[in-house]
Amino acid sequence: MFNLAKKDRTLLLIVAGMVLLAPFLLQPFAQGSGMAQFNAGYPDLMQRFVIFGILAIGFNILFGLTGYLSFGHAAFLGVGSYSAVWMFKLLSMNVIPAILLAIVVSGLFALLIGYISLRRSGIYFSILTLAFAQMSFNIAYSVLTPLTNGETGLQLALDDVRILDGMNTNGTLPSTNLLPPSLVNGFEMRDTYHLEIGSWLFQFNTGYYLSAIIMLISFYIALRIFRSPFGLMLRAVKTNQTRLNYTGINTRPYTLAAFVISGMYAGLAGGLLASMDPLAGAERMQWTASGEIVLMTILGGAGTLIGPVIGAGFIKYFENIFSKINDTVLHGWFGWLPDGMEDAVVWFVHIFVGKGWHLTLGGLFMLVVIFLPGGLVEGGQRIMNLFKRKKSDGAGTDKQHHPKSTPHVAE
Amino acid sequence: MDIILLQLLNGLDKGSAYALIALGLTLIFGTLGVVNFAHGAIFMIGAFTAVTFSKILSFSFVTLDPTQKNFLGEPLEVKTAYIVHWFGESTGNGLIDWAVPLAILFSIPVMLFVGYAMERGLIKHFYHRPHADQILVTFGLAIVLQEIIKYFFGANPIQTPAPDMFRGSFDFGVLIGYAENAIIYPYWRLVYFVFAGLVIGGVFAFLRYTTFGMVVRAGMADRETVGLLGINIDKRFTIMFGIAAAVAGVAGVMYTPINSPNYHMGMDFLVLSFVVVVVGGMGSLPGAVLAGFLLGILESFASMNQVKVYFPGIDQIIIYLVAIIILLARPRGLMGRAGVMEE
Amino acid sequence: MSIINPTRRGLLKTGAVAGAGMAMPLVFTGSAGAYMNEPSGGSVVLGFNVPQTGPYADEGADELRAYELAVEHLNGGGDGGMMNTFSSDALKGNGILGRKVEFVTGDTQTKSDAARASAKSMIEKDGAVMITGGSSSGVAIAVQGLCQDAGVIFMAGLTHSNDTTGKDKKANGFRHFFNGYMSGAALAPVLEKLYGSDRRAYHLTADYTWGWTQQESIAAATEGKGWETVNNVLTPLATTDFSSYVAPVLNSGADVLVLNHYGGNMVNSLTAAVQFGLRDKQVNGKNFEIVVPLYSRLMARGAGANVKGIFGSTNWHWSLTDEGSKAFVKSFGTKYGFPPSQAAHTVYCQTLLYADACERAGTHNPCGVAEALEGYKFSGLGNGDVEYRAEDHQCFKDVLVVKGKENPTSEFDLLEVVEVTPRSQVEYAVDHPMFAGGALGQCNAG
Repeated sequence: MFNLAKKDRTLLLIVAGMVLLAPFLLQPFAQGSGMAQFNAGYPDLMQRFVIFGILAIGFNILFGLTGYLSFGHAAFLGVGSYSAVWMFKLLSMNVIPAILLAIVVSGLFALLIGYISLRRSGIYFSILTLAFAQMSFNIAYSVLTPLTNGETGLQLALDDVRILDGMNTNGTLPSTNLLPPSLVNGFEMRDTYHLEIGSWLFQFNTGYYLSAIIMLISFYIALRIFRSPFGLMLRAVKTNQTRLNYTGINTRPYTLAAFVISGMYAGLAGGLLASMDPLAGAERMQWTASGEIVLMTILGGAGTLIGPVIGAGFIKYFENIFSKINDTVLHGWFGWLPDGMEDAVVWFVHIFVGKGWHLTLGGLFMLVVIFLPGGLVEGGQRIMNLFKRKKSDGAGTDKQHHPKSTPHVAE
Repeated sequence: MDIILLQLLNGLDKGSAYALIALGLTLIFGTLGVVNFAHGAIFMIGAFTAVTFSKILSFSFVTLDPTQKNFLGEPLEVKTAYIVHWFGESTGNGLIDWAVPLAILFSIPVMLFVGYAMERGLIKHFYHRPHADQILVTFGLAIVLQEIIKYFFGANPIQTPAPDMFRGSFDFGVLIGYAENAIIYPYWRLVYFVFAGLVIGGVFAFLRYTTFGMVVRAGMADRETVGLLGINIDKRFTIMFGIAAAVAGVAGVMYTPINSPNYHMGMDFLVLSFVVVVVGGMGSLPGAVLAGFLLGILESFASMNQVKVYFPGIDQIIIYLVAIIILLARPRGLMGRAGVMEE
Repeated sequence: MSIINPTRRGLLKTGAVAGAGMAMPLVFTGSAGAYMNEPSGGSVVLGFNVPQTGPYADEGADELRAYELAVEHLNGGGDGGMMNTFSSDALKGNGILGRKVEFVTGDTQTKSDAARASAKSMIEKDGAVMITGGSSSGVAIAVQGLCQDAGVIFMAGLTHSNDTTGKDKKANGFRHFFNGYMSGAALAPVLEKLYGSDRRAYHLTADYTWGWTQQESIAAATEGKGWETVNNVLTPLATTDFSSYVAPVLNSGADVLVLNHYGGNMVNSLTAAVQFGLRDKQVNGKNFEIVVPLYSRLMARGAGANVKGIFGSTNWHWSLTDEGSKAFVKSFGTKYGFPPSQAAHTVYCQTLLYADACERAGTHNPCGVAEALEGYKFSGLGNGDVEYRAEDHQCFKDVLVVKGKENPTSEFDLLEVVEVTPRSQVEYAVDHPMFAGGALGQCNAG
């Protein structure tokens, strides 16, 4: 099936299962219970999980395979978002043309930046991509405001043209859709079906499932790239580009192709973000956003297929869930403790949640990289190995999924 | 012409800040081969040693003044610093006024220790790890450090003024025959410029004329061979890390009157300092200093109205634009060595 | 299984599956409310979306304190604060419409993207029926747009751009805070009185939408008093060292420097201007002056002694002596030990105003609430007699002109109120060109 090796097929099926059942898996705690705070099964966050997953998968095609560390990938995300929102403003609220345009525009942008930046390697390449992205951000925030709406971000307005849908006249903004609501109901990105079982509430959102399916397709394509001769060539670039050049192979077309593909993935993610919520903010292109993509990939496990997706989910979870825990919630949790102790515990935990969520995230970055050099994926593998070792030894680690980290070669 | 001279002065001053930060970063890059994303955080901690020191100096006791009311209509709490109480009005306030320059003495040992602790406690385990891991761990460290600072000092900038005698500005223009007020420059920035020159000169002299420096330079060029000669290069590198931290730290201290320190100033400078170092060329100390001054001066020129009229928003991108042009024209930056961080 | 029949919000109305005889208590959301997140039990959830990380984290923290105080007062705790001085007596201290007020908090990070994600999670996950907060205009406008789409009320926090109730106004969004135009209208007469009508102003402006609208407002207002605008220089948001922007000012023939900056930008540009000794200079035979149109006490603290004698405007200040302000300062100060900031004041008022509107409308339905707020006249919340204008959802009230205090008695006592500019002087027509474009649209209940 899918023209994949058995192992990859299993991986794809597992990912597909988890993604499609996410509304259940991410909602393990009953509404109203103290732990409900940790539920992540609401549409916006689920959408972010898969969309940033796409972004990280794409980034990994470049970084994981070729070793080229781009520090400006957020620029493609931003360009994709802007293209998509302009499509909504000018053409139609249908997401398909918007997403297609996002991919095309970011692909062209990546071609331009990649063509220039790939003339250098190592840190010089990283700084070139960083410089391009920061220029895009700064200009989008200020001079290009007519095009980007600067500080606020590009959003829909009542007087948008929308050639296909026609100007809307009823004083409300339309919402993005897959099929126009005049034809079929239920295909607007924000349509959500609620299912209540006991005190559990599950939300099934159209936008999420669209993103999820696109994410699975992207994952499949990445899988094929990883296993293809092209992928092998990219790995060769990572291992020893000079030697490859000596054999008469021009590596530039390969790295450029990887760069553009990865840029298109970012543009796709940007277009999807805008389709779920039609706003494109300039901050999407800032270096911190690029840095976040790098962190997602390394945190999950660079060079592994599933790692970046896990890393993306991890960071987005902290950003959205931990930042919302406030003192009232904490008092709710620890209310059963004796008074003095309750205050002490709340005071202590308070440092790490709410406005302290950055601290927790930073600390976890350090812990993961210190104890799990291969990222979160390695953590998963170690746990798996614990179980496997009991059955049989060897055959544990998956060399394909986790290429040995290259030693540092500064000198 | 006068405006060009004026911006040249501004540029030299900005450049000296960039050069100082880049110098410390390049010491770590070049000697240890570690991509240190926490370098901005070290600069920030340096700035906060000045804040801490001025807080220590103005540590006070509280007396209630019934003649004045506070915002709730209760007697006003009047704070008197202990040192004012002990040494009298003029000496005490004088000391508080000089908190920033005096903080250098406080900050050097603190920063040496911070650098030492960072290297021994964390960085040394990452010498043989991929750069990606180094980025992740130092970035995590930077976040943790800045959140700790935020916890104690809050998120708003904190005013740490220069001593009163450095207030105001010096009229250069009059000296060289221009009209009054045409080329003025604040005294404190002149101090900063001279200070930066001394520190940069000191670091170069140290590396050039001491045996220690010679060994470190040899280690930068070829670590293995130096190791084979039976020299404990690791220990020296630890010390270099401490020195790099101290350089960034004192740069932060002296910068506080120019830029009121806040907890995220390290992140603000991080990207810039990397650009400076890479434009200068990996592994080259003179390159880093040169690039710092070059970018500072160009940034100042780009902010001139006469330039912005023709290129709106050029000051937003000038640094990055110059970085791209230089890296395309010179593959290893201004003075980079081949093979460093090109993999 | 029966036909899935989503409503506009996609709630599954049918309980057919449960009726099909399944053993489990399987119930599709039955209460497909009349509007988004209609409260069903004995409580109602409000979403407080403030910056908790990033440069405005301290203002966000102060806003959160005020929100918690407001919730306490609404639920009948504490001393009731401004509820006792508020002209409306609809609030009884028994929550809103008899429902206990609960709240969720989130972090905007001062990024439109993150702010919208946070607001969305409050709406989708926590069932918030109103979103409020923020400490910058970009975020306020972005979240206001989201609330309009989602069908909840947005009560803006600290946002000073003309656009929030100008070209980006929304039917579901309301702003209590003042704006750039009002700053200009309040400041210009005071500046004219102080510095004369023959002045030449040099503007340094933060290069993003808020900066532009404020610069436009101040320039127009001062030019109306006879001033000349010599130059307007845009400075990048990321600037930390303003020397290269400040240095050419003295030689430009200008004798006033206007700093259209906020937050860290304001602190650093003002510090640079003072360092260059601008205030000790004489130009055109007059003392050189600096003006900071939008003041905030929290930020003034960062600029330290540099603010002394510098004029600006502010929405509210704790030293006001009307009954409402006194009551608020007392209950805030007693609880937290220091006086509230203008950000705290505006969000406290917004929370009370929302609760009051719900009571008067008898519902949480955004359309009902909006109707109750539109054209509503009230007093007793500081700022004198106030009106929420129906046409653009902007509050019109007195504006304070303040100046940096020469001899502060404490770290909170940095500004003194110079003049309370009456509301009539800062009012403008709905179709004023600075606010043109955009429309409220229809109120959206989800």
